[in-house]
Order: sequence, then structure tokens, then C-alpha cells
Amino acid sequence: MRIVAAMSGGVDSSVAAALLHDQGYEVIGLSMQLYDQRDGKSSFGSCCSLDDLQDAKRVAAVLSIPHYIINFERQFDAHVISSFVRDYTAARTPIPCVHCNGELKFTNLLERARGLDADSVATGHYARVTLGEDGHYALRRGLDQNKDQSYFLFTLTQAQLSCACFPLGELRKPEVRAYATARRLPVASKPDSHEICFVPDGDYASFVERRVPEAIHPGPITDTDGRVIGQHDGVHRYTVGQRKGLGLSSSVPLYVVAMDATTRTVTVGPRTAVERTTLTAASINWIAGTPPADRTRVAAQVRHRHAEAPATLHLEGPTAARLEFDVPQPAISPGQAVVFYDGDAVVGGGWID
Amino acid sequence: MRIYLDHNATTPIDPSVVAAMTNVLGEQFGNASSLHSFGQAAKTIVDDARAEVAGLIGAGPQEIVFTSGGTESDNLAIRGVTEALLPTKRRHLITTSIEHEAVLNTLKALAKRGWSATLLPVDDSGVVDPQTLEAVITDDTALVSVMHANNEIGTIQPLAVLAAIAHRHGALFHTDAVQSIGKLKVDVTDLDVDLLSLSAHKCYGPKGVGALWTRRGSRLIPTMTGGKQERNRRAGTENVPGIAGLGTAARLAFQRTETEADRIAALRNILEAGILHRVSGTLINGDPARRISNTTNISFDRVEAESLLISLDLEGIAVSTGSACSSGTLQPSHVLRAMGHSSHRAQNSIRFSLGTRNTAEEIDRVIDVLPNLVAKLRNTVRASSVLTQQSSLDGR
Repeated sequence: MRIVAAMSGGVDSSVAAALLHDQGYEVIGLSMQLYDQRDGKSSFGSCCSLDDLQDAKRVAAVLSIPHYIINFERQFDAHVISSFVRDYTAARTPIPCVHCNGELKFTNLLERARGLDADSVATGHYARVTLGEDGHYALRRGLDQNKDQSYFLFTLTQAQLSCACFPLGELRKPEVRAYATARRLPVASKPDSHEICFVPDGDYASFVERRVPEAIHPGPITDTDGRVIGQHDGVHRYTVGQRKGLGLSSSVPLYVVAMDATTRTVTVGPRTAVERTTLTAASINWIAGTPPADRTRVAAQVRHRHAEAPATLHLEGPTAARLEFDVPQPAISPGQAVVFYDGDAVVGGGWID
Repeated sequence: MRIYLDHNATTPIDPSVVAAMTNVLGEQFGNASSLHSFGQAAKTIVDDARAEVAGLIGAGPQEIVFTSGGTESDNLAIRGVTEALLPTKRRHLITTSIEHEAVLNTLKALAKRGWSATLLPVDDSGVVDPQTLEAVITDDTALVSVMHANNEIGTIQPLAVLAAIAHRHGALFHTDAVQSIGKLKVDVTDLDVDLLSLSAHKCYGPKGVGALWTRRGSRLIPTMTGGKQERNRRAGTENVPGIAGLGTAARLAFQRTETEADRIAALRNILEAGILHRVSGTLINGDPARRISNTTNISFDRVEAESLLISLDLEGIAVSTGSACSSGTLQPSHVLRAMGHSSHRAQNSIRFSLGTRNTAEEIDRVIDVLPNLVAKLRNTVRASSVLTQQSSLDGR
């Protein structure tokens, strides 16, 4: 069986490709080139940079599998970077990885894979796909709790899940590293990347400002009673729950509570003001294809690094819901995803309003 | 069976070239500048090669400068001439919009340093209209550089006509003949050019060696400074094995070009007709009447060339796309764009470039395999719209 392995040049996707190859699949490595690298500057650097693409090529050579670099610059800009910038300027905090997975890897790349007669696309995500007795695919957390990436995959449809292959789902990171070492992959000791690939220095604000200079626009910082207590240079520089970089002096630590793109107001308050019990989610993808019963009890996660918290789902339409947490949760940020779990299975997920 | 149809990228080295180089690598290690017998033997090898290269293009041996390849030859020609003309008022350079990057980017670099550069347009088959040169050339023009045959589409330019215009205005005329050597008869007198670049690995020689021909008496400031090799025009110890390889390749080209061109053109025509007949939505890019014998460039409607290249490679068939996407740029082929084609058509284009070893059986196999691969790619484009229906609910 022919499988396309999406190879970023990191250790995870390299081992995913190696595992499939060693299990006897006909693996074709594809690496996505996501931005113009003609100037040779490493303006991007942690994933899919020119060096990473070369690493992927070296891994493919060790495995003796065919490997090609395909150009998705146009698609990456349209689906990932543009929405990232749009979100920040709309006072939301985006997660580009979700779009990259759903719209690039499991749409554009999958389309290319099918054109090459491959049945599925394999990635190095720590997540699992299982086929239930009812004929539906389930998306489940990776076995390694520290590395689980199911949160970033919540937009996948049944059709996409049927073509998704996650060889690392049952593995823990140290095992992946060990496999890479045993297999003598040249990326065995390459550090993990954590930052957003197209902003390797982590300076999202400057990235947004380069794309949208108008984002630099001063506005007031107010307390929760509406009193102006400072000024800021643009709402895109803030995220809910942020404490550092506010430039305010106060007897109690202050956190960003909310941002408003229309009035350009950033509201700050004490830690308790950041906590919320309820949120609404839009554009929900239900993994099973249909919503669960109203008032279903779930464990919900509002950030990649958020410990899931018990909550009740109140449906507000086919793809919208209100979520009531049992206890208040800190820093629920519009633009981030909320993902609902039943045990280790993803029920669905949507975008926080 | 692996089938190589990418000879405009590079060619397999001819066995007689390998033999000549192996002899030099194994036995003749002397430095061609040394005075002793070891050096003299190396010098003889270099001089023999120089005579072969000169003979191939109808030039004198002392007019040949060996370089590291086509790119260096282009750089030496353009930078060497412009620097030599610094004392004059000539500060204008002209080239075409479909040149190889070795020429385009060299002119771009000079344009940042006080030179002005004009890019001539081409028509929809990729040919330069002499009137466009006439319209932009002035008595300040230092150099006109026009490639002999285009690497992507194979179109041949009317060099003699263009060169005559340049000369009327006192400008020098350079041609990058990297793609025509071995495919066309190339004679510097007939072409009426002043400088000509060529490369060994495009005509069954080794990589890393090429030559620049300059008309006797023309001034050229070296770009590589150092020793006095190559009559003070290109410093650095001679690449004797590479030069020996180029010399042998030049001799082979001289012997074979005419007969091989006809045989290869026949195969190319069968391939082209077969594809046009069996695959719908296909168009030829370039000028079918005026192009080198081995090249055809075809656009496949609704197919990403990148994907078709991979599909073909998985079947053991090597071709190339019009654009060098994976080398770091999304820009669809600047050649097809300059011809006025949509970026769509440019992104759908595949170049098939044939060579000496290709057989009729190979061409038949390509014609057999291609229609299914194209159909599969076209079907998946349609099917994938179903796939995304759900995820597009995310309407942000």
C-alpha cells in the first residue's frame, strides 16, 4: 500500500515515515515548502525552513524512499498566515497549526497524495485514529500525555480521518527518539520546535505589523470599571491572560481580561477577573459528523497546554454551542480553539467567540 | 526501465568522455602551468581540448577561456565587458526577459551599481522581435546578451539579426549558447556574436567545466583574480580532467550534432504528437517551427506540473517543470510568463528534453503511461472538493 508521509524535517515526522517504511508500506515522502526562500534569509526557522527541508531529504535518503518538496506557499499564505494576521488584528489569539493541519496537510496534501495513488497521509502527530464498530472514525489523544496533539486536529472530518495515519499515536517521545537513533536518522537529536513556524523569534506583534502596518494604532488600557489607566500601541500585541509587558504599576498583579478591536480597548484586571465559567464556540466540527445530545458532559480544553476541565455542552445550532464549566477557568481567549473530549476521544471542537 | 527526459538539465556523460577524463585523473596530474614534463603533458591536454572547443564553434583556440561552467562564463562575459567599458560612457545593458538566471541576476546586480538594464519582451512563442531591440538600443548601450536557445521551451533566437543591430550602435553582443551546443550547428561567424558561453554537462560532458569564447582583440577584465592562467583572463589552476572531458564532448558534438539532431527530433515529434493526441487539454509552449531538436514544453490543463512530475518519477520517468519551485520560489516560469501565458498555464507546464540514449520504446512507454497519470490527478482535484465541505464550515 502506498502512503504519503508529510515530512517536516523534524524527528517526529521522520520517525513516522521510518516506522511505516519499516512496516513494509510503500512510503513517499513529501515536504511542504511554505514560504518564499529565495532571499536565503532564515526569516522562518523552526519548521519547514530550507534547512528543515534538506533534513527531510537526508532522512528520506537514509530510508531509501522517494522524497519531493512541493510548493504550498500560496495555500499557506491563504489558509494559515492570512487568518493568523486577521485574528490578531481582530483582537483574537489564533492557532495557525489547526489550519495548517486541516487545510494544508489533510486537504491540499491529501489531494496530492491521492493523485499519486496513495491512500492516506501520515504525519508525526501524537494522536490516534480508530475505526469504531459503527463505521465511524474516532480521533483520540496520543498515548504520550505530554505530547498529545489531538487538540490541533479537531477540524478533521470523517473523510479526512479515513485517510489520516498517525504512526506515533501509540508511542512516547523517548521511544520516538530512540527509534530515530537506532535507525541512524540524521535528525535523531534535533531539538523539538515549539514556536509557531513562521514566527521563530516569537515576536508575533512585529510579524503582524509587517503585514498590516495599520495594526499599530494606540488605544486605552482600562480597568474592569472602565477607568483609563494607561495606553497601548495596538490590540494585536495582547492576549487574554497576559501579565507581562503591560507597563502598568499596580499593587496587585494585573492581567489582560479582554480586548476590543472596535474601540481598541484593552481591559485589565486582577487574576480573578480573567476567570470565566462559560464560553461560546462557533464553527464546531463534530468528529462523528453529527452533534451529540444536548447537555452532554465533556472534558473541555481551551488551549493546547490547558488541563481539560469538566463542563456541560449546551447546543445552540448544528455547529455552535455554549459550554458551562463546573469551575471557573483562567484565560479563555477568543480565537483559540475549545476541544471537547469524552475520555481520550475527541467529541468535537470549535473556535472560541 | 528508468527513462531520462531531462537532458536540458544535464546529460549523462558519454563513455568516451569518461575514458578521457579517467586517463587524466589517473595518469596526468600535472599542473598545466608547470614548466617540467608533467606540466607540459597537462598543458597539451588543455590545448588539445581548446582546439576541439574552438573547432566546434568555428573559432580560434586562443579565443577560448575555460571556466567552471555556463554560469561563470555568463558572469565573466557580462561583468568582464562592463568593467572593461567603465572608462567609456556606455552604461546600458540589454537582455531578454527569458534569459537564464545566470544572465538575468548578473544584470540585476549590475543595475544596483550604476548600470541601467533593459529586458526585451518576447512574443507568445518566445521569440525576440528585432524591432524591440532597435527601439531601446542607444549609443550608450555597452552589451546586448541574448540566449541562443531557451532552456525551457527550446525556442531559437534570430541572433545574427539582433547582433547586427547591436553592432550598428557600437555595442557588443553576447550569447548564452549552453542549450544549443550539441543540438544545433553553432558557428560564431554565422551568428555574428562577440562572446559566447557554453557548458560541458549539457552536451554529454562533465559538470563543473565550461568555456567562454571572446572575439580576438575584445577587452575583458577578469572576474576571478589570481594567477595568469588562460591568458590572464581566468585565474586558477586549470581543471585539467574537466577540460579534457569538455574537449572530448566538443569533438563528439562536432561529429554527431547533425545526425543526432534529426533522430532526436523525430522521437520528440512522436512524443509530442502522442501526448497531444492521447491527453486532452494539452498545449505546446514555444515555437514549433524554430526550436532545438530535443525539447518540447507542454501545458496540461487542470494538472499541477509539480504533481505530474512526481507521478512520472514514481513510474521511473524523469522530466522537469517549467518553474523551479522547489529551489525556493513559487514564481511560475518567468519564461512562460514573459510569453504572455497565464500563471495557471505556466504552473501546468512540463518540459520533456530528449537525448542521445533515448529510444523509440522509451517514448512509447511514456505515451502509454502519461494519460492515466494525468486522469488520476484531474480526478482527485474534483474529489477533494467533497473532502473539504465539512471543514469549510469554519467560515472565518
